[in-house]
Amino acid sequence: MTGEETRRRAEAARDKPAAFGPDLDLGGFHVDPAVREPAEHAARQRQAREAAQAVGVDLGAPRPAGTFLQIDQSVIARRVGAGFAGRIDILPTLEALEVPWVAERLWSIVAPDADKYTAAAALQATGGYCLRVHPGERLEEPVQACLMIAETALSQNIHNVVVVGEGAAAHVITGCTVNRATGGLHIGVTECFVGKNASLTFTMIHRWAPGVHTRPRSAVLVEEGGTYVSNYLLLGEVASVQMYPLTLLRGLGARANLQAVLCGRGDSVIDIGSRVVHEGEGSASETVSRVIGAERSRIWTRGQLVARTNECRARLECRGRLVSSGASIVAIPELEADGVPQADLSHEAAISPIAEEEVSYLMARGLAREEALAAITRGFLDVGRLGLPPAIARSVDEVLAATPAGCN
Amino acid sequence: MQHPVLEVCDLSVSVGERPVLAGVSLAVPAGEVHVLLGPNGGGKTTLLMAVLGMPGYRVTGGRILLRGEEITALPVDERVRRGVALSFQRPPAVRGVSVGTLVGQILARRGLAGTTLGELSRAVGTDALLERELNVGLSGGEVKRSELLQLLALDPVLALFDEPESGVDLDSIAVIGAGMRRLLDRDRPDAAKAALIVTHTGHILREVPADHGHVLVRGRIACSGDPGALFEDIRSHGYEGCLTCRRCRNTPAPSSARPPLAPAARAAGDRPAS
Repeated sequence: MTGEETRRRAEAARDKPAAFGPDLDLGGFHVDPAVREPAEHAARQRQAREAAQAVGVDLGAPRPAGTFLQIDQSVIARRVGAGFAGRIDILPTLEALEVPWVAERLWSIVAPDADKYTAAAALQATGGYCLRVHPGERLEEPVQACLMIAETALSQNIHNVVVVGEGAAAHVITGCTVNRATGGLHIGVTECFVGKNASLTFTMIHRWAPGVHTRPRSAVLVEEGGTYVSNYLLLGEVASVQMYPLTLLRGLGARANLQAVLCGRGDSVIDIGSRVVHEGEGSASETVSRVIGAERSRIWTRGQLVARTNECRARLECRGRLVSSGASIVAIPELEADGVPQADLSHEAAISPIAEEEVSYLMARGLAREEALAAITRGFLDVGRLGLPPAIARSVDEVLAATPAGCN
Repeated sequence: MQHPVLEVCDLSVSVGERPVLAGVSLAVPAGEVHVLLGPNGGGKTTLLMAVLGMPGYRVTGGRILLRGEEITALPVDERVRRGVALSFQRPPAVRGVSVGTLVGQILARRGLAGTTLGELSRAVGTDALLERELNVGLSGGEVKRSELLQLLALDPVLALFDEPESGVDLDSIAVIGAGMRRLLDRDRPDAAKAALIVTHTGHILREVPADHGHVLVRGRIACSGDPGALFEDIRSHGYEGCLTCRRCRNTPAPSSARPPLAPAARAAGDRPAS
């Protein structure tokens, strides 16, 4: 798609609401950050390290394959780790618009006119990163990226492109969070391309603030023999988050394993789905979500499995638990098979309470009631199944441990 | 005077609206193992649950004392911290919480390290269970060994066992018996711990001999005495025989708590001993 066509389509969608989630007035946010004194700027950068740690991104880690940090609209860090030069490329998106491997993929699997949020990202992109893992390179360490909002009422319009070449393997950890900002908007368009026999594990950890709205718009294309693993964790309170990412299993035997762990806190409005389209013969996917509805949070979890080939198998599982009478969860699974009688699609959805018998049992081992509830809730969320690298798992554990009852 | 580890005094307990125990009294002194016998539905599990303080088991009368301290109104976790622990007959499955995580947490609370976990686990053959979710898909023997591991980690002064040998093969009973002896310091002459064991078959008593027995029928202690003699009587006359047994009238109650005779036994007068 040419730049001109992208702009034309985005302009036409400037006021188009999203299909799901609360509609936002984008006029309430601005994209130009305030000019700051150097000293204040430096202080914010120091604080950023701690905020990044809370979403699993260790800016001081000695050995990541690569690091990218953007605060508001400024790229603060872009590093390729020692030993990874020539194996990966990391570029700020705004500097990479003319780079062929980026240009040919921008807006190729996410439509700029999908809604007003993609339109805003197309018309006023304010950053993001482009990562390429060269063919055959199997990265021993993760690439970490942190996108942070520090200024209240800012609209951070991110566009990321991730390309994993044939036979390559990578783990990308993206932490999105705030540093002192109490409100704002994060629009995150991410287009991922998993090459033939390649694998990409994409872990995204969101920890926002009660006044922040976020609208991720993601799509992933998986080629023959490719594997895509997605881990999404939503921790802490957020004003609203709405996303319905697409995973397109195009190649023969392409696979996807998608997992989401959501903790609804405070007055959060959360509308999160996952759409997996099976086009490749022998493709398979598993989508699992664990949802806790605490306090007054309102949560919709959607899932759609689409079979466009006979030889595919997919499973969707959503388990929810309300830990407050003020919270709500709506689980909406959809299966779609048209003219492909051999397609094997299934779903399982449940919303169930914490069994008092289990709480009493753990209390009979000396745990206080709050400790027992916390242990059961952590077990229910089952973060261990995400297979996170140890350092990240420890960080997530710390985040969960520091989260008040109901989501710890 | 040293208090018994456990004293149950005239205890009445309801489950929901249904009275299950009616005026039960017994005492387990330090260093002793008592066995609790009785027919299904007689109130044995209810007594253990009430001593532990599990929700749903409502004390409607009487008192429970641990080493002289009344614990009747304490919540379950407080009782456990004071030294009471129960090996459940059928513990609930707790998904997402592993055996090792829970036992590690118990040991950490006591200031003990992971090496202790390894040593205890080897002693009761639970190394392969540490990563497993609590009671999820475990065999009968695995459940009992997991329970025993948790009790070893808790190191209680009063250990309650609800049918520790049910669903367990003979080899595993030996392992469980060894673990129970270790838990209760049975090989030490100065053992100060106490245990109350519910058993139907009595197999576990070959591994952990009991000092005293009680027969609980229809919510009351019908008889107390030598465990071997009690078993013989029950084999000969059944549990109903305990209600009409003359010998029960002369059975000395352990320690300070003399069990009241069941009304049926009192009414039976001088009927022949069962």
